[in-house]
Order: sequence, then structure tokens, then C-alpha cells
Amino acid sequence: MRLAVENLHASLGGARVLRGVSLAAEGAQFVGLIGPNGVGKTTLVRAVAGLIPFEGAVTLDGAPVSAMSPRARARAISYLAQGEGSHWPLEISRLVALGRLPHLEPFHRASPADEAAIERAIALAGVHEFVGRDVLTLSGGERSRVLLARALAVEAPLMLVDEPVSALDPYHQLRIMEVLRAYADEGRMVVAVLHDLTLAARHCDRLILLDNGKIKADGAPRDVLTPQNLRETYRIEAMIGEGDEPFVLPVRRAE
Amino acid sequence: MTRPPLPSWMVNLSLAVLTALLFAASIYIGRGGELLADKFETISAVDRDIAWLVLTEVRFPRALLGLLVGATLGLTGAGLQGLLRNPLAEPGLIGASGGAALGAVLVFYSGLAAGTAMFVPVGGVIGAVVALAVLYLLAGRNPSIVTIILAGVAISAFTGALTSLALNLSPSPYAALEIVFWMLGSLTDRSMVQVWFVLPFMGLGWLLVASTWRALDALSLGEDTAATLGFSMRSVTARAILGTGLAVGAAVSVTGVVGFVGLVVPHLMRPLVGQRPASLLLPSALGGAALVLAADLFVRIPVNGPELKLGVVTSLIGAPFFLWLILRTRREAP
Repeated sequence: MRLAVENLHASLGGARVLRGVSLAAEGAQFVGLIGPNGVGKTTLVRAVAGLIPFEGAVTLDGAPVSAMSPRARARAISYLAQGEGSHWPLEISRLVALGRLPHLEPFHRASPADEAAIERAIALAGVHEFVGRDVLTLSGGERSRVLLARALAVEAPLMLVDEPVSALDPYHQLRIMEVLRAYADEGRMVVAVLHDLTLAARHCDRLILLDNGKIKADGAPRDVLTPQNLRETYRIEAMIGEGDEPFVLPVRRAE
Repeated sequence: MTRPPLPSWMVNLSLAVLTALLFAASIYIGRGGELLADKFETISAVDRDIAWLVLTEVRFPRALLGLLVGATLGLTGAGLQGLLRNPLAEPGLIGASGGAALGAVLVFYSGLAAGTAMFVPVGGVIGAVVALAVLYLLAGRNPSIVTIILAGVAISAFTGALTSLALNLSPSPYAALEIVFWMLGSLTDRSMVQVWFVLPFMGLGWLLVASTWRALDALSLGEDTAATLGFSMRSVTARAILGTGLAVGAAVSVTGVVGFVGLVVPHLMRPLVGQRPASLLLPSALGGAALVLAADLFVRIPVNGPELKLGVVTSLIGAPFFLWLILRTRREAP
């Protein structure tokens, strides 16, 4: 699977948010999309998912996503929205089963292949213990994992995840990152919008740092999370841990 | 709400049997609880043709219309609650039923209703279609769901005002009374011609609403997620709104306003089949049909005095039930 974004421009309510983003990614990898608030991370992910109009080109294996049928696109790209939630008190396995909707033929029930995919997603996200419960009775961390399982169940070659770990405690943050890592290790591509730089540094294969609608840096975590990049984009000074246990600890504002 | 206690085919089958029983009862039981068999004994001694006429021209259209209108209200209520992700949505929300009521009232007002019984439903359907066209113009080419609700509320308010104006200006108190009584909603004295007239609109409306069933499930997780699960939100919204407008507009144009069925029936069905919007559509259609048929049986039980109007009875049952729902929700709230 090869994802290519070429000279992408996009606007939100008249304001230019993305000004010429180009990137290419191929094969199994876990890409972290980082950058301060308002630089266009979510807009980039939503453009790739086909949710907003844009100028430029987004292609999957050479095929433009904007020319794909909604169903074909839904099978190729799964998307977990920021702060996604359920409007109805759905039972967990039925909620996860919604991820198979792009694969269901009209007037057909879920096939054994769909059931197997649902089982795999439930196992990968580790939400088996919640099966039978109503999603609205789960805690925030448990609910995030169930919604992630829904996105995993699509089994799309590309998964876009928008801020999957915000508002979670450290334990649940780690669990989500491990699930995303495992999904990528199965041979798929994961692109996640992240704010926690330490989690990004420790779990991602590659980081893309956005600043002001453009790509500021793109590469291995240690090459992207440099003191200079952090100062220029995030306007912070940080303690950066190198070696086997990398970390980024923001310590003060850089003015 | 965890897994529903019963498999959904069992719920659907039970509801279908209940609806069939009520349908048969609606044909069999007459004014004041009079039974068909007793009546036929007296009539058929005189003239078998009259008996047959009563059955096919009076009882059958009434029962059939009850079935169709109830199914329409239940189905579109469940569909609209799923589309808007709001348990308080009801089919009248989008303004088509207000338009249908206004169209029918204008027929009464202009005196055309005296011509043939067909003018009223024709006026109603025209009113519903005009209301839908105005909704489309107001909401714009790529409408958000909020815009549609706001436009629907505006249309409902305006058609309501125009209906009141027609009442206000009506030439005689009898004309005004006729309009008011029609608006209260009733299945009495409807003909097979009227049933045949509204059936295509209802049928098309049902198909359009039913075609969105999987998208309604996907919408449980929000519009963006539904779009990335392969559903074109524009097409889904258009189908659900147009289908609801056509079916409910046709229903209102022939029976007047039958309130609360579309709002309450999906709530009655949720504990039985679970919360998934798609699994609610069929049970709500069957449950709506059963409720309207039962209410229509109820209105004909009293022997003396004026017959109760169907819309009055459904609201009398529906409103307290809704209050009970509120109390239950309040108890369950953390």
C-alpha cells in the first residue's frame, strides 16, 4: 500500500489551513502526525479520508481517493474521529460490527469472514471483557478502546486516527498506542494525530511535524524531535532523552 | 441496554401476528362493539349485496388505512430518530405533515371538498410536496441536519399559522367545525379510492426510508464516521427526508393529524429489539400499525354521543406514556 499526498491545499471556512503538503509513505508503518494546535493536522487527515474538499492530489496505490466510490474508499481507509462517541447505548460487539458495514453486500447478513474480522478487532483492542455491555456504561478509556476496535474491524490497509489518546490516563494511553503499533505490525499503515511527544517518539516509526499548514520535518522520531524544531514550531524548550528509552519533557516556553 | 432479551425475528413475528389480529378485529367489530356476524345475520336476510358493500366499502378501507397510516408513522418516526440521532424526533418535524394539513384545509376552505371526497387527499399531497420543495430550497444544496430541522420547524410554524388563518376567515361556523374535526384525525368513512390514491406515495416513501437502514446504524457514531464507512450523507439525508415527507404527507392528507404514534412507537420497541436504529425500522412499522388499529377500535366502542377522533385518542394515550418515559429516564440517570 502506497499513500501519496501531492501539493495539498485545503481551507476551513475561508481560512487556508493547508498550504502545499506533499508526502509519500509505503508499506507497514506507524506514522505520527504532530504539531501545535491549529497547524492543520486534523484537516490533513480529514482530507485524506475524503471528508473535506481539497486541491492537490491524494492517491492510494496510484488511485485518487476523490475518484473512488464511497464504499471502495471506506474499505481502503478507516477513520477514527477525534472524540468519536455513540449516540445510542449500543452493545459492544454490535458497535464493533459497524466497522464491517463497508464490506457488507446489500441485503446480506454479516459473513463468517466479517464475524472473524470482528473477533480479531475485539481481540486486538483487548475489549473482550466488555462484550455484552452497553457502550455508554464504560469509562472514557474503555470506550476509546471499543471505538478503536470499530475502526480496526474495517481491516483497511490505511487507518487514520485523530488524537486517539487525548483525555486518557497514562495506562490507557499506552494500551491504545500498543494496539496501533500491533495493527501496523500486521502489515498495515497507521497515521495517528498525536499531541504527546514522548508517546510519539517511543511508538512511531516515523513522525511528520506540521507547522503553519506545511511540513516542517519528516523522518525518524529522533531526527524530527530536535531542540531546534521544538523551539521553532511548539515554542518550547524540552528535555530530550536519547537512546533506548527516548522521551520528550517540555520544561518551559521559549520566547 | 445490553443485548435485547428476544431475537428480533421473534419480536417481528409477534408484532405481525398482533397487527393481523387487530386488522381482523377492525373489520369484524363495528360501532358500539357490534359484531359483524350478528349484523350480517340481520342484513343478509334482507340483502346480501348490502352486507358485502359494508364489508368492502366501509370496513375494509378503514382497517387498511389504519394499517398503512400506523406503519407509516412508526417507520418514519424510527427512521427520523435514527437520522437525527435524537429520540425526540417525530415525523411531523420536517414540515411535510403541516403542509399536507394546510393543503387539505384549503380544499375545505374553498368549498371544493363538497365536490368529491378525493379533493381533500389530493390537496393534502400537493401541500406536502410543496412543503418538501420549500424545505429543499431553504436547506440549500448541501444541507446539514441542523439546517433541515430549523427549516422544518419554520415550515411547520408557517403552515400552522396559515391553517389558523383559514379557520379564522372561514365563511361559517359549520365550515370551521368541519375543518377542525377533520384535523383531529380519523379513519371513518374513507373509501378504497382514497386508499389507492395514497398508497403509491406511502410505498415510495417507505422504500426510500428503508433504503437508509444501514446508514442509520453507521450514523450512531456521527456523520463523519458514517461517511468514512461508505455512505454518502447527502444521499442518505435526501432519501430519509423525502421518504418521510411523502409517506407522512400522504397519511395526513387522508386521515388528518394522528399525533404521538411516530414519536412513541420507536421508544416502545427499543427495549424489545435493542438500540440499533436499523433493527428498529420493521418493529416500529408493525408496532405503529398495531397501535393505530387498536386506537381506532377504541374510538368505536362508545355507543352514544359523537365518535371520538383517532388523533385525540392517540394523543391521549401517547402524551402520558411520554411523561412516564421521562420519569423513567430521570430515574435511570446517574
